[in-house]
Amino acid sequence: MKYSSQMVAKPYFIFALVLLAGEVLFGLILGTQYVAGDFLFPEIPFNVARMVHTNLLIVLILFGFMGATYYLVPEESERELWSPWLAKITFWVFAFAGVATILGYLLVPYATLTEITYNNILPTMGREFLEQPTITKIGIVIVALAFILNIGMTVLKGRKTVITVVLLTGLLGLAVFFLFAFYVPDNLVLDKFFWWYVVHLWVEGVWELILGAILAFVLIKVTGVDREHIDKWLYLIIAMTLISGIVGTGHHFFYIGTPGYWLWIGSIASAVEPLPFFLMILYAFAMEKQRRIDHDNKIALTWAKGTAIIAFLGAGVLGFLHTLAPVNYFTHGTQLTAAHGHLSFFGAYIMILFTIISYAMPIMRGRLHGNGVKAQAVERRSFWMMVIGMLGISLALVIAGTMQVFIQRVGVDALGFMETQAEIVPVYVVRLGFGLLTLLGLLTYFYSFFVKEEGVK
Amino acid sequence: MSERITKNMARNIYFGGGVFAILVFAGLTMDTVGQVPKLSKSENITESVAHGKHLWEKNNCVGCHTIMGEGAYYAPELANVFERRGGGNEESFKAYMKSWMASQPMDVPNRRKMPQFNLSDKEVDDISNFLIWTSKIDDNEWPPNIEG
Ligand code: HEC
Ligand code: HEM
Ligand code: HEM
Ligand SMILES: [Fe+2]
Repeated sequence: MKYSSQMVAKPYFIFALVLLAGEVLFGLILGTQYVAGDFLFPEIPFNVARMVHTNLLIVLILFGFMGATYYLVPEESERELWSPWLAKITFWVFAFAGVATILGYLLVPYATLTEITYNNILPTMGREFLEQPTITKIGIVIVALAFILNIGMTVLKGRKTVITVVLLTGLLGLAVFFLFAFYVPDNLVLDKFFWWYVVHLWVEGVWELILGAILAFVLIKVTGVDREHIDKWLYLIIAMTLISGIVGTGHHFFYIGTPGYWLWIGSIASAVEPLPFFLMILYAFAMEKQRRIDHDNKIALTWAKGTAIIAFLGAGVLGFLHTLAPVNYFTHGTQLTAAHGHLSFFGAYIMILFTIISYAMPIMRGRLHGNGVKAQAVERRSFWMMVIGMLGISLALVIAGTMQVFIQRVGVDALGFMETQAEIVPVYVVRLGFGLLTLLGLLTYFYSFFVKEEGVK
Repeated sequence: MSERITKNMARNIYFGGGVFAILVFAGLTMDTVGQVPKLSKSENITESVAHGKHLWEKNNCVGCHTIMGEGAYYAPELANVFERRGGGNEESFKAYMKSWMASQPMDVPNRRKMPQFNLSDKEVDDISNFLIWTSKIDDNEWPPNIEG
């Protein structure tokens, strides 16, 4: 580690991993409620478990992004962080707000939570992924501003690299698009339309810039490839992202009361969206082939390549599967959507966090060449358990979704929703099994932190 | 491929392409916002409909249900429940909604559960009006059939 202020990243990473354990745990609760409707009812109704699951997911990714940024920006800028103190304060503010919000979901009925947080003054609650009380949302904006100020000052005063500029653009975009979370018109169509400005323009827009920047940083470090070369790839990838992904928002405007031209525009633009993910695979493998150094931290490169591949499978392949309007007509809002949601979020945004943590954490723990051979072997096992677990969950959901479409939506004697779900229960049991494997993989990953080294250099 | 493209070219594609995409999207957004009132028959958004939407959010119905295909996949689609359970008749739909909301959670072992929300008759009517309004939005003939 070149700059001592990079250390502020450590609590961010650790907290993100703790939240990930909670997220997977609540995923298992949801998966159980799919096969046993009485499970934990009425203590934790499905919708409450779901908001805990998805909100933990989003918050842990934000913690991970911040940790990654605090780690790589000083090194790229070749100076200490503008204010390590501010970074520490925002950590505690954000952690407190996050924990309080999750406890709020679990301890009182949601309707009560809206009342005690004065949602009626500026109603923003009760929409998917944006369930947070309005005051939490305001807190997120304040934390984001403090964070961007800190990073912006560091970047401006130091060396400017393509990686830091792209990262900062992504983070600014993240903050700006979040502001649409405060706009909740009475017209449901407009509400839905602008809701996607947060959700889609995050995951298929600005977050991809952040993903690309973190990936580029780790690839430079572990392959030693010339920066000029990496930069060119990064520009190409994010160019494709913006060109396809912004107008590609239209793949959500097929059947929600928006004009018919979106059927064409959304289909065509979003059909190009897999391309940047495919480029990421080429890029990761090309950089490995052209590597100038043999870094001892092998597992970080494994995570980097895995990120590119699973993100392509989840976002590119499963996304393309339902992105053309005539197909989406039948798959819209089925388990196929959930299949895609799981593999894309995991492959792109959870695995990139493992990538940077796998690279940076050993260094912050004083192991400049990465963990020892034994710890890396354990981590490699956890890599495969989690990847196979999530692939299994997603494949089960692809089967579940296909069954749902054919039983409930096509043909003359279609079954109702609840009867259809009853038919799919065996597949949901399989999903639960793969969920358990994912959790075991995560616990194995945690264990790899405590593997003792023998004869480290 | 990448050999022929220089870093400067890649950067120009990024800036040029990005700005172009933002402009196209902004233009389409303005057009859409202009058309939505007609497509959604916004003149029918009464105070009751608006309050119904607010109650829909306040009780997080979307945490189990989809509405126009968006939300959670645990419970039936509700954008067309007016046709499915009310047969398109406002009076019978409202009666149905009152008895449905009052009888939750149902005591069927192992079946998925919907909580009791303790809503007043007026509140259930508001939610019903919201769902009736929603069912009439022009959403390109979605869903494929009445089962949602
Ligand atoms: C915890 C999950 C959950 C929440 C939250 C929830 N529901 Fe439900 N809802 C269900 C389930 C499960 C069913 C199917 C019940 C059955 O068929 O036994 C259902 C069925 C319905 C139905 C009947 C649909 C049909 O076609 O048969 C209506 C209407 C309904 N819910 C309205 C609402 C409204 C309005 C809200 C918000 C105030 C709401 N629900 C919140 C789980 C939920
Ligand atoms: C890492 C990138 C991506 C992530 C994290 C992601 C995540 C998600 C999630 C969570 C949903 C469900 C939203 C909801 O609850 O309603 C969704 C929907 C969708 N995604 Fe993606 N996605 C990504 C990339 C893509 C790409 C590249 C495509 C197309 C090629 C795509 C196509 C779609 C479509 C068509 C839907 C709507 C599904 C429906 O109609 O129900 N996604 N995505
Ligand atoms: C890191 C791992 C995971 C990620 C990234 C993840 C991500 C997500 C996302 C994005 C959604 C919203 C889906 C959508 O709207 O389409 C969701 C919902 C859900 N997740 Fe996960 N999840 C993970 C692990 C799990 C596990 C292990 C299980 C269960 C075994 C699980 C079960 C569920 C269920 C049942 C839902 C609700 C689907 C519905 O709306 O009906 N998840 N998860
Ligand atoms: Fe999208």
